[in-house]
Amino acid sequence: MALIGSLISLVGSLFLFLGALGILRLPDVYNRMQAGTKATTIGSILTIIGIGFAHPQWLPKLIILVLFILFTNPISTHALARAAHFAGIKLTERSIRDNLREDKIEEEIND
Amino acid sequence: MDSLSLIIYNMAYYIAMLALAIAFVRFLMGPSSVDRVLALDTMTICSIALIIFIAMYAGRIIYIDVALVYALLSFLGVIAVARYLEGGL
Amino acid sequence: MTEILILVLLILISIIAAIYAVLTKKTINAVIASGVISLMASIIFLLVAAPDVAMTEATIGAGLTTVVFLYALKHVKGGEDD
Repeated sequence: MALIGSLISLVGSLFLFLGALGILRLPDVYNRMQAGTKATTIGSILTIIGIGFAHPQWLPKLIILVLFILFTNPISTHALARAAHFAGIKLTERSIRDNLREDKIEEEIND
Repeated sequence: MDSLSLIIYNMAYYIAMLALAIAFVRFLMGPSSVDRVLALDTMTICSIALIIFIAMYAGRIIYIDVALVYALLSFLGVIAVARYLEGGL
Repeated sequence: MTEILILVLLILISIIAAIYAVLTKKTINAVIASGVISLMASIIFLLVAAPDVAMTEATIGAGLTTVVFLYALKHVKGGEDD
């Protein structure tokens, strides 16, 4: 039982490591943001579940923590991406479309 | 807990510490403020995992409450910085 | 061994973030660096078996200090750069 939990938590911390590596290596803010929110969310959830195998009587509190991370992490990253776009940070040169800027230009034409 | 699973838990603990250090490197070299807030968010998630590992080694359930409080309040802090950068607040 | 290793890592990160917060030009970066220092201090308090102090540090450092600093920074004229 503890062996299964330790393997799950090892996979989760590998996801955490890959998310941190993506934050270090990717070219611009928005790419880093998607590495930093998706990989670390699944990594922390797998780590917490893997530790729940070692202490099964802690499971209710750990499930509350998992739900909390699952709700708050995407919302905060979404707000941060919106703030970055409104603050005028450029996309990388290899990106091919920018829907939010097109929508803003359309709104200015309609007004 | 047998010794093999304890060794694997120790490996996972070291890898989470390495992730914390790598995210801090991006905090030091990030060009804009949004990079730094993003690195702080990733460091928070890594340290929530570290807090749960410390709770497992110590065997006390009260340590999980610290992780719960930190998840809630780091959300509040990131939202506040995002509103500030957007021009609101 | 494990506890010594994580203590050294956390204290190193905390010292480097403090030096960065003093040397940086923009005030918002210093506010974010103070958030990093409070995160590290919270885990250090947890490692020396004081969970109530760690909870108070997390509340004050991550929640209250950041919001109050940003609110004050918004109401200071020309407070963006030094």
